[in-house]
Amino acid sequence: MRMRDKGVYAIAAVSLAFASSTAFAKTISVAAGDDAQARLQEALIGAAPGDVVELGSGRFKLTDGLSLDVPKVTVRGQGSGQTILDFTGQLGAGEGFLVTSDDVVLRDFAVENTKGDGIKSKGADRIVYYQLRVEWTGGPKETNGAYGIYPVESQDVLVDSVLVRGASDAGIYVGQSRNIVVRNSVALENVAGIEIENSYDADVHDNLATRNTGGILVFDLPNLLQMGGKNVRIFENVVVDNSTPNFAPKGNIVANVPTGTGVMVMANRNVHVFDNMLGQNGTTNVMVVGYRYPQTDPKYDPIARGVAIWGNQHDKAGWDPKFPGSQQIAQALGGSLPPIFWDGAGGDDAKPVVADPVPAISLGLADLKASPESAQPVMLQNSANLPQELPRIRLPESMEEAVR
Amino acid sequence: MRLLIAAVAGLALAVSVKGKPADINDSAIVSPEFPASLAAYGFFAGGADKPSPALLPYALRTPLFTDYAEKQRFLYLPPGEKFGVGADGRLQFPLGSALIKSFGYHDASGKLNIIETRLLLHRAEGWVALPYVWNADGSDAVLKVGGARKPVEFSKPDGTKMVISYSVPNKNQCKQCHSTKDSVMPVGPVWQNLSFANAKARLAFEARGAGPSKLAALEAKWDDPNSGALEARALAYLRVNCGHCHKPTGSASNSGLFYDDHERNPAALGIGKRPVAAGRGSGNFDFVIEPGHPERSILIFRIKSTDPGIAMPELGRATAHDEGVALLEAWIKSLPTS
Repeated sequence: MRMRDKGVYAIAAVSLAFASSTAFAKTISVAAGDDAQARLQEALIGAAPGDVVELGSGRFKLTDGLSLDVPKVTVRGQGSGQTILDFTGQLGAGEGFLVTSDDVVLRDFAVENTKGDGIKSKGADRIVYYQLRVEWTGGPKETNGAYGIYPVESQDVLVDSVLVRGASDAGIYVGQSRNIVVRNSVALENVAGIEIENSYDADVHDNLATRNTGGILVFDLPNLLQMGGKNVRIFENVVVDNSTPNFAPKGNIVANVPTGTGVMVMANRNVHVFDNMLGQNGTTNVMVVGYRYPQTDPKYDPIARGVAIWGNQHDKAGWDPKFPGSQQIAQALGGSLPPIFWDGAGGDDAKPVVADPVPAISLGLADLKASPESAQPVMLQNSANLPQELPRIRLPESMEEAVR
Repeated sequence: MRLLIAAVAGLALAVSVKGKPADINDSAIVSPEFPASLAAYGFFAGGADKPSPALLPYALRTPLFTDYAEKQRFLYLPPGEKFGVGADGRLQFPLGSALIKSFGYHDASGKLNIIETRLLLHRAEGWVALPYVWNADGSDAVLKVGGARKPVEFSKPDGTKMVISYSVPNKNQCKQCHSTKDSVMPVGPVWQNLSFANAKARLAFEARGAGPSKLAALEAKWDDPNSGALEARALAYLRVNCGHCHKPTGSASNSGLFYDDHERNPAALGIGKRPVAAGRGSGNFDFVIEPGHPERSILIFRIKSTDPGIAMPELGRATAHDEGVALLEAWIKSLPTS
């Protein structure tokens, strides 16, 4: 084939691709008002790939969960203060909004007072959450739903410029996923502000986590399909004044997060915490622990490994620690816990690398069965021997384009 | 793809001309449209109580609980076609098949009022799930892809009068329960769990299938102590009521809690397992199942609740299933506390 022909074919191919993806793309407008549940749900079912479902201003009073199962659909409101999906009268479904298709963009609306989770996406690759607000408007309450923004089992996740308030588990929760960015967001008055769980390859940066019980959590749990959480960078966040007494229903893993925790890493590998502003966290600014509950999953590693902490600014921390035995440890250390501590799980092989110029200790609880009361605190030596930096997470260009 | 669908439709049409009850519209089953009215298919002759003779009625030994609704199930197979049975007992249906399930309640006079009929249609592009809601006069049903709510009054088996907001699922919710690896699949028809109103219905059904060469034993029937041990009945109940989502390829895969066909690992069944994303569904308890202690088991707390942030299953549960709860409580109580 000659060059010229190639060019013609290329142009033809491009325009064909363009035609097939957008020629019939349409905007489906849905206004607030009577029968919003059926009208909005029918729009979400009737949408075709490429379509925009445009939500009008006002309060949509909903009685059931909404769901979207069509790929390449954008659901767009008029702003998180203008377009409100109100689930105060919800009668059914485990979440407010459920997305189960790929390449979906959710932007510029609010979800209020769902009975269960706020917005969940499952198996929804390349999902974008942008300029959303998910809120339980009565503030922190045990009766609030668990997760605010809840992508799970997905490849490529972007959470950008959202605000979540009042979740009785995690405000922004990413579970069993890979290639994740959570940025420019505010997590306020949740039990966990932002939580990355059983996930691989995540960047959490430029967020504000404040007045939660714990600010930013990186966890790995047993008995799940995806385990071995790893490669998470927590950087350039402001994680301050996480002081809301833990209001999670007991039994949930976050119900054991001590009030006043800044960043908490549990049973993950290669977690780098750097260049954050951390302070006013009564238990500690950074906590690194193993999974200390009985479990027998042969495929699960309960030890946190490869954690590195550097370049962070630390303000006051540790003056009022809230886990069993912590008051005694604080007394032994002169009244407060240091801004960084490790439980010692896994022994020297698992020791975090700490380069921040603040005191850091190990509780010396190498054995996962040992209780905090038996802690033998020792200082952790500062080290300049930082591990190689993890690569920056890159998302498919279509996702970045959606928020540009 | 369109050509293929047209070909399949043409084939079905050609077969239909040859010899089948003329009332079923095979092309409505296989064409990629969503007919607005149930009448388009010809499954019912002017009322839910008038099924076409081409439909094969069947029931399930252990059914899915849906707010104490009465259910009527039918299989439609294209003329000359047969179903197969997989190694696990799941029935396999040819293209052009339909599974038809009506839901309703008996009124005070004993008359059964059907509210809705749900269809699973086996098309070239896969199974499609569609909900139809019957008109007030009961003559036809209309497609409600967005779902619907209907006030319903009924009496529970113990005589308690109930008034609930009955939920007709939307098209996506149909898929939520009928999902395997993100595709819509039938859930109910499993060889070991089939039952029939009478011998005639059984014969008519079995005549249309290539049954398993090695007949699987009948599965325990959840409410019949003569059909199996307590544990077998509890696991049958869990498989049917929970296993369609709680399986590694289902909607609840991320919970790590599995009640599908062959999962018998204690942690996957929830025994001594801590919750992952339960939220206030935990009820302040530590374990999904705490052996010997149904009153401290999250599973029992959730199946008893009708609060949407707590209730399990998530759909069709404006009412708790007292008898199912009692079965699972007895089973958990019987588990050894080690």
